[in-house]
Amino acid sequence: MTLEATAPEQTAPAREPVLSIKQISKGFGAVQALTDIEMDVYPGEVVAIVGDNGAGKSTLVKILAGVHTADSGQIFFDGRRVTIPTPAASRELGIATVFQDLALCDNLDVVSNLFLGRELGSGTLDEEQMEQQSWTLLRQLSAKIPSVRIAVASLSGGQRQTVAIARSLIGDPKIVILDEPTAALGVAQTAEVLNLVERLRERGLGVVLISHNMADVQAVADRVVVLRLGRNNGNFRVPDVSYEEIIAAITGATDNAVTRRATARPTQEVPEA
Amino acid sequence: MTATNTETPAERAADQQDERLILDEGLGGAIRSFGRRVRVGNLGSLPVVIGLIVIWAVFQILNPSFLSPDNLVNLSLQCAAVGTIAIGVVLVLLLGQIDLSIGSVSGVASAVLGVTFAQWHWPIWLTIIAALALGAAIGLLYGLLFARFGVPSFVITLAGLLAFLGLQLWILGPNGTINLPFSSWVVQVATSMFLPPWLAYTFSGIAVLVFLGSDWLRARRRARAGLSTGSRGLMLAKAALLLVVLVAIVAYLAQDRGVGVTFLLFVMLVVITNFFLTRTRWGRAVFAVGGSVEAARRAGIKVNRIFISVFILCSAFAALGGLLSAARLTAASNSSGTGDVNLNAIAAAVIGGTSLFGGRGSAWSALLGIFVIQSISSGLTLLSLDSSVRYMVTGAVLLLAVIIDSLSRRSRASHGQA
Ligand SMILES: Nc1ncnc2c1ncn2[C@@H]1O[C@H](COP(=O)(O)OP(=O)(O)O)[C@@H](O)[C@H]1O
Ligand SMILES: [Mg+2]
Repeated sequence: MTLEATAPEQTAPAREPVLSIKQISKGFGAVQALTDIEMDVYPGEVVAIVGDNGAGKSTLVKILAGVHTADSGQIFFDGRRVTIPTPAASRELGIATVFQDLALCDNLDVVSNLFLGRELGSGTLDEEQMEQQSWTLLRQLSAKIPSVRIAVASLSGGQRQTVAIARSLIGDPKIVILDEPTAALGVAQTAEVLNLVERLRERGLGVVLISHNMADVQAVADRVVVLRLGRNNGNFRVPDVSYEEIIAAITGATDNAVTRRATARPTQEVPEA
Repeated sequence: MTATNTETPAERAADQQDERLILDEGLGGAIRSFGRRVRVGNLGSLPVVIGLIVIWAVFQILNPSFLSPDNLVNLSLQCAAVGTIAIGVVLVLLLGQIDLSIGSVSGVASAVLGVTFAQWHWPIWLTIIAALALGAAIGLLYGLLFARFGVPSFVITLAGLLAFLGLQLWILGPNGTINLPFSSWVVQVATSMFLPPWLAYTFSGIAVLVFLGSDWLRARRRARAGLSTGSRGLMLAKAALLLVVLVAIVAYLAQDRGVGVTFLLFVMLVVITNFFLTRTRWGRAVFAVGGSVEAARRAGIKVNRIFISVFILCSAFAALGGLLSAARLTAASNSSGTGDVNLNAIAAAVIGGTSLFGGRGSAWSALLGIFVIQSISSGLTLLSLDSSVRYMVTGAVLLLAVIIDSLSRRSRASHGQA
């Protein structure tokens, strides 16, 4: 699949973003972590959010995940205006989040972690069904996990990341958000996670990938949104942009300069549904 | 695939296809995998079982009447009240919290029993409901304070320890002691009601059938889901072993008075709590919150509800323990629930193998732990040693249990299983 091939699809007027955020701001006491953030995510698209440490990436993720609520701004999901007050609300909408710190329970086994908060079974837990579905899911992701009945604490970093990503897919989300999924991983494990991301895109999911690593971003992302000091500082289509341009946007060398906007933002004014 | 294994992975159950898996099949396999778990620090109830055997052996050598049916029946009756309180402690410990006020809450429940039943002549069921409801209300208060203000449970319940001791004294009034009529139903139940042997055997049989049945059903569900099922022989062997143990216990105790009703109640509460902890969403949530509050919260678990429900249950178990203890001693007094009740109940949960660090443990640790504590107490009493020695020995055992907990935690960490 070439990226050029997807471009006409995205510019087609029928194509609506699955997630669209407008003017999102969030402060923590004296720190204004996010100011007027804008972002669209289309189905079957991988959007990378990049930015320096403290740029507000994780804060944005947590707002979408229902961990924090935004101070102001609007979130549209499937064209509808929504609020995301709790993690459960985020999940019900169809947003699945893999947090930077994974948020796994080390004392529980893989199955329990995968189904945590939405266990199968009426009354008592249906362990067999959950275990079977865990295997099916992990196989689909070509995950290399020897046993689903061992505590996640005994898994390697890449395996834990896989469990966290697999967990996000339970409940058929429309969007998967990955916060720095490769930050703590080695070369091979990083490649595995990037393969996973591509598999998610092939399933038609919208993927938001937060990353520090430009190589990862250029490998899998269709579009790059740059945050700098809590503000939008660029929105590029990956094929149209060079490594240096992204770095310039991240470090602020293009502050106040004309940032190159992505050509594919046609529905920007549309979603008043 | 040129597998040295005769089976190709595809022929194996869904959960055994990874070639790195060490497959433990049959009885020998079960023993090997148990050994491996122990080595990496997943000790479970192993230390306490060994400890209990050592304690019993030592006391039996020092005083041959220690393991007599008569003494064991007494021991089982002594376990019921504080053991019931310890079930609640296990629950709060699983969340990584603590309740220091269980003794006072049990004392309040005793006082309620004394006043409403012996003085106001309420029907017994109403008294019991009132006492349990008061306990639950106290737990609700703790839970709300904890969830709302985030005050550490250590401090909230320390305040509760004092406040509810005061409430207990106030309810009992100036006399300080209210005797329960010896002929009353509660007292009879707690002091002299025992299962006739035929009924005890029937219960044992039912317990084994339920155990075997649930194992068998699980194996069938697993087979249907394409998962490995474990060996039938092992399943039958476990059930047979359970049957032998239960029948031996019943037969031995039947040489004296038999299985006390309150002891049976305690064991059943342990079994029921264990069921809820291991087989329901609520139980899974308790372990998740104990493992990582933030992870549980982000998984959509209503963490505060879990905290509140557990504090309610803990105080309600404490109240029930207070009722059992008052009924057994045929009185509610200023000293009900004071002294070592508090510490014994907490010590029992920890000695039984529930981790102080949260997220690890089992309802069975209440049973095992209280056995250890009451065995020490009973053995030293038989040796005519007074409570000074008892406190010191129990303290040493508790310290040992906590050290084992910490060491096994460290060992799990170094084996990547923290
Ligand atoms: N819970 C919080 N309380 C206070 N400040 C916070 C909190 N979370 C994030 N911040 C602040 O918000 C800013 C953005 O942080 P974050 O979103 O984690 O950045 P990034 O993930 O891009 O490195 C930082 O200055 C950080 O200190
Ligand atoms: Mg971050």
